[in-house]
Amino acid sequence: MGNEVAILGVGMHPWGKWGRNFVEYGVHAIKAALADAGLEWKDVEFVAGGDTVRNGYPGYVSGATFAKAMGWTGIPVASTYAACATGAQAMEVARTRILAGMCDVAVVVGADTTSKGFLAPTQGERQLDPDWLRFRLLGATNPTYFGLYARRRMDLFGATEQDFAHVKAKNSRHGFKNPNARYKKIFTEEEVLASPMVADPLRLFEICATSDGGAAVVLSSLDYARKHTTDPVRIAAISTVTPTFPNTVIDMPEFATDSAAEIAAPDRGFKDSIAHAAYEEAGLGPQDMDMAEVYDLSSALELDWYENIGLCKPGEAERLLRAGDTSIGGRIPVNPSGGLGCFGEAVPAQAIAQVCELVWQVRGTATDRQVEGARVGITVNQGLFGHGSSVIVKK
Amino acid sequence: MSKNRVPAIEGWFSMDEAAPALQGLRDTESGTVFFPKDVAVSRVPGHADAPLEEVALSRTGKLWSYTTNHYQPPEPYVSPDPFEPYTVAAVELTAERMVVLGQLAPGVEPESLEVGMEMELVLGTLYEDDENEYITWKWKPVGA
Repeated sequence: MGNEVAILGVGMHPWGKWGRNFVEYGVHAIKAALADAGLEWKDVEFVAGGDTVRNGYPGYVSGATFAKAMGWTGIPVASTYAACATGAQAMEVARTRILAGMCDVAVVVGADTTSKGFLAPTQGERQLDPDWLRFRLLGATNPTYFGLYARRRMDLFGATEQDFAHVKAKNSRHGFKNPNARYKKIFTEEEVLASPMVADPLRLFEICATSDGGAAVVLSSLDYARKHTTDPVRIAAISTVTPTFPNTVIDMPEFATDSAAEIAAPDRGFKDSIAHAAYEEAGLGPQDMDMAEVYDLSSALELDWYENIGLCKPGEAERLLRAGDTSIGGRIPVNPSGGLGCFGEAVPAQAIAQVCELVWQVRGTATDRQVEGARVGITVNQGLFGHGSSVIVKK
Repeated sequence: MSKNRVPAIEGWFSMDEAAPALQGLRDTESGTVFFPKDVAVSRVPGHADAPLEEVALSRTGKLWSYTTNHYQPPEPYVSPDPFEPYTVAAVELTAERMVVLGQLAPGVEPESLEVGMEMELVLGTLYEDDENEYITWKWKPVGA
């Protein structure tokens, strides 16, 4: 348990399409997290910012941007980017600094302001940028990849469009009263199945929107935490693994997988390795989890994650879903926050928001969406260009 | 007057109308092939110094998955006006054990596709302007 740090406070700016400066959302989240921790800005010794690539230079130097906005105090900062996994990497930077004994209290923050529609590549004529080329040569949007995974589940495992709609409906029931959620509405399966087809077999209401939002956590050493609270919530593990060659499942923004003809694929594929590394570090397993926050970029992708984080064997996710196991009140509730289906994605904030939810859950303060008796949970997420992200939170 | 047929990107595939092939790189130490060849370095761990040679990838494989896009993507996708839905297929090359994405060849109905079916590489038009047809690789069921 030598790698544990405490989470003293969490805070979020509600998700939405507010159209304001992303720095405001981040500052809002930092202030909320500090208040939650009972600390002040002057107590903070390090800031780890999660970058946004859609808001110009301030977004590329987010650690400094937020430190300046809160008022320069001379403390060191870090700014990290790992696509959807950005928040986990920022938490890992803060955690390692704390564990190295270089500081006691760190703030981790991410925030984003997004434009409407598909996430698009950087502009210009960019013939050496695979993210640009996949749009030019294939028209391979992010939902294209989600559609490929979903169709394969149908053909391999007998998943149905009804199952995918079921995921969205379940998550909407979890999150419709969540004060930080963007979509505060219960969706029925019929409504989902009546929404326009985007990337067959996935429909509009099953594909994650892009959102504005901000999230922050205050991390500290366990020694520091014990002086401020009796029973702190802890981070038991953070996984930021990358793939092992050859990576044999097509990932955004790639044109092709690695070849497994000469060098055999690893026993554990990349998506399976993400949570596995977190379980190993925490000395826990899937059977120990009370809940999970998984990255439902599409409704169908949530089902893949059930298997990737070990809740069931490959091909069994639909059975878990249909039995109600992953609903609040079931054996292992998934996305009690409402997930991306209720939030949309604010890229650098999202992995931090997943952790905020688990903290509220293990404290027993998640109100309408409380998972009864929750003491330990796992987050999982994957950022394009090979970024794994998983955090285990426990009371 | 017919338009010129030019590749939409240089060096990624051969313009052999009868039997086109994707152009990759082979690490001559491990024998592993890579596509695309955008970074001329072997990505096999420990083989960054391995000599590389150009190689034509095999032209057939099994359909891994597919999806049809019903919404117009952002630039730099060059869309017909009005927009037309298109299908992207993922095919696992049998010899290389590598999944490669490509658009589905025109005239093939996505409803006719099934994961696991045999596919082959063909050439097709990605977009065109007044002078040129810009050609890319596409996937087509064998015998379709």
